[in-house]
Amino acid sequence: MRHLLSIEDLDRDEIERILSAAAFFADVADRPIKKVPSFRGRLVINLFYEASTRTRSSFELAAKRLSADVLNVVASGSSVEKGESLHDTVSTLSAYGPDVIVIRSPHAGAPGLVAGWTHAAVVNAGDGKHQHPTQALLDVYVLRQRLGSLEGCDIWIVGDVLHSRVARSCVQAFIKMGAEVTVAGPPTLVPTELAALGCNVRHTLEHIGEADVVYALRLQQERMSEDFLPSLREYAANYQLNSRRLKARQLVMHPGPVNRGVEISGELIDSSQSLIIEQVRAGIVVRMAVLVEVLSGTRVRDPGGQRLAVSAEPQLA
Amino acid sequence: MSSLFAAPRPPAELLLREAHVLDPRSDLDEPRDVLVRNGVIAEIAAAGSLEASEGVEVIDGAGKHLFPAFVDPHVHLRSPGEEHKEDLDTGTRAAAAGGYCAIVAMPNTTPVIDHPMLLRGLIASAKEQAHVRVGFMAAISVGLAGEQLTEMAQLRDAGALGFTDDGKPVSSAGLLRRALQYQQLCGGVIALHEEDATLSGAGVMHEGAVSAALGLAGIPAISESTMIARDGLIAGHEGGRVHFQHLSARGSVEALVQARARGARVSAEVSPHHLLLTEEAVRTLDTRFKMNPPLRGEDDRAALIAALRDGTIECVATDHAPHSRDEKTVPFEAAPMGTTGLETAFAALYTGLVLPGTLTLACLVERLTAGAALFELETPTVAVDSEANLCLVDLEASWRVGESGYESRSANCCFGGQELRSRTLLTLAGGQVCYRERSFALSAA
Repeated sequence: MRHLLSIEDLDRDEIERILSAAAFFADVADRPIKKVPSFRGRLVINLFYEASTRTRSSFELAAKRLSADVLNVVASGSSVEKGESLHDTVSTLSAYGPDVIVIRSPHAGAPGLVAGWTHAAVVNAGDGKHQHPTQALLDVYVLRQRLGSLEGCDIWIVGDVLHSRVARSCVQAFIKMGAEVTVAGPPTLVPTELAALGCNVRHTLEHIGEADVVYALRLQQERMSEDFLPSLREYAANYQLNSRRLKARQLVMHPGPVNRGVEISGELIDSSQSLIIEQVRAGIVVRMAVLVEVLSGTRVRDPGGQRLAVSAEPQLA
Repeated sequence: MSSLFAAPRPPAELLLREAHVLDPRSDLDEPRDVLVRNGVIAEIAAAGSLEASEGVEVIDGAGKHLFPAFVDPHVHLRSPGEEHKEDLDTGTRAAAAGGYCAIVAMPNTTPVIDHPMLLRGLIASAKEQAHVRVGFMAAISVGLAGEQLTEMAQLRDAGALGFTDDGKPVSSAGLLRRALQYQQLCGGVIALHEEDATLSGAGVMHEGAVSAALGLAGIPAISESTMIARDGLIAGHEGGRVHFQHLSARGSVEALVQARARGARVSAEVSPHHLLLTEEAVRTLDTRFKMNPPLRGEDDRAALIAALRDGTIECVATDHAPHSRDEKTVPFEAAPMGTTGLETAFAALYTGLVLPGTLTLACLVERLTAGAALFELETPTVAVDSEANLCLVDLEASWRVGESGYESRSANCCFGGQELRSRTLLTLAGGQVCYRERSFALSAA
């Protein structure tokens, strides 16, 4: 794999390959020295045009654990604020010879453009409301750790699906791994056209008891000023995930950051059925695996396709 | 006062020999010799029967087609203010290369053409630079702000062909009504870009399955159709003359039919990209497919084709909207709306609709020239004593769009890279030769 732009570009085998590499790195994370030398001398640039805490910090940590040099470029305080175009910024940064550019952009398709302008491998860390493939991969990773397999698993994604890149990526990834996916929420935020993604569309939580996993999405305050919702109070009354609506056997996920008491209740977040902290933890190892995967796609690509975990391993000793 | 303007050039002296002449309005559909003297069609005779006299260039048209040249009621020439995208020179070169003899320029320039003095300046420039004749629309509202009417009567006196806030809708029904009342005094077509801003919001493409999958904000088809329904009623009530620009949706065609059935004097245009492409093209996130109104669904496309074929939609307009490379080399959501179209309209529609048998060649030529009458201009025709407004086309030639560049200053063509059939070889506008295809010019010399 040369770049990671969208879950759409991956088949099930590729997803499994990345996840088994992630499992390998999870073992490393349990050791006293958490670093591997795989990326020594390599340069990873994090180019972030949107605020981000966990995605940016986990990409940074992932690169550092691989012993790469990391350069963080954020929109505020950089030439981006002075009106430089994406193209010119990428050309400039490419002159530093990066091996990987990790980009987050408010615009759908920006990572694909960047891939056409640089020799570096490009990883999409979220583009507009389009895709957030590493989030979906880490969510699949967490579920596989817990359930073994997603085959036949019933997963509900609840909330502002319309404006969610996480939802789009997760629907595609969960379906690729054999799950049955339902998106649910008010009609203004869950249009029926979403069925084109291959999922079921529901506007009430009446049947949420059928779900094995319930994935809550963050509800942005600005949706009210745009008339998508009359009030957060009413939204919470109809769609909040809490222990009254969910049974104890149902697993709960959330990409963060959480609005406690809005899309999900505090007690559910802190309950044993919540996988939220596991998601954060998985973020580092899955992103390590993605970085190794895209670099193996450019430099040490093995025709057999099974090379990646191996290519990192021999250097461990 | 004439309402079309171009730079003066010597009148053509040409004998076009043995070209297949097709003029849908005169039932002419066979090989003929056409003699142009002093810019006027002097004689139309049996193929091979005319001899050239001295000073008359002979052009071998055997195997080629000769049509009345096309008229485009909707282009953006970007002058004044955005000459890095296009100007009167390059825009009219593009028109000539596409077989057009007359085009109508929109007033959403910088500054907006909302004052007689600005219009006079623009007309003066056209008289120096334009290769084909250009008519200029003036704004309905000052600054396109939708609040205050322009000095419509004075703008008409200064040469405005009609009025439009194109690029933006006239959101206020009250303001549109006043404009239509004023139209009784000053005349001039009122052309409307129909869009309800509260429905399109921050949309960047058609709202549907593709926008849902890509996570792009959608512009629903009702954004256009509801406004056509509203303005059809207002036009009918005032007895005004209204032209609906760039229809994109089935619901809009239905609203047009209803308005007409109630007696409103309404006409409509459709653009080649809406006839040939759908929202599926946007999956690539290629900014050349970002336009307003957006590319819609296959069902909408079918309705537009049917409406063009049966004459419900009278004419084709390119909505030629040039943007510079830098402006379009950005993510889809950040890109400006618009595609160029003048150089590709006939070839794209011939390839996409005529060759598969969806539309007859005569119908296409009729729809590419019908914009003239709708805007109170003389319709180009292949007839003796008519001014020579002609285009010679090789229907057998094929070319890859953009492979040898564009006459337009901009390259944001939604058909770029496509292999198209038919090539314009020669265009005469207002009795003057305004375009020769390079290789053809050499072989003809």
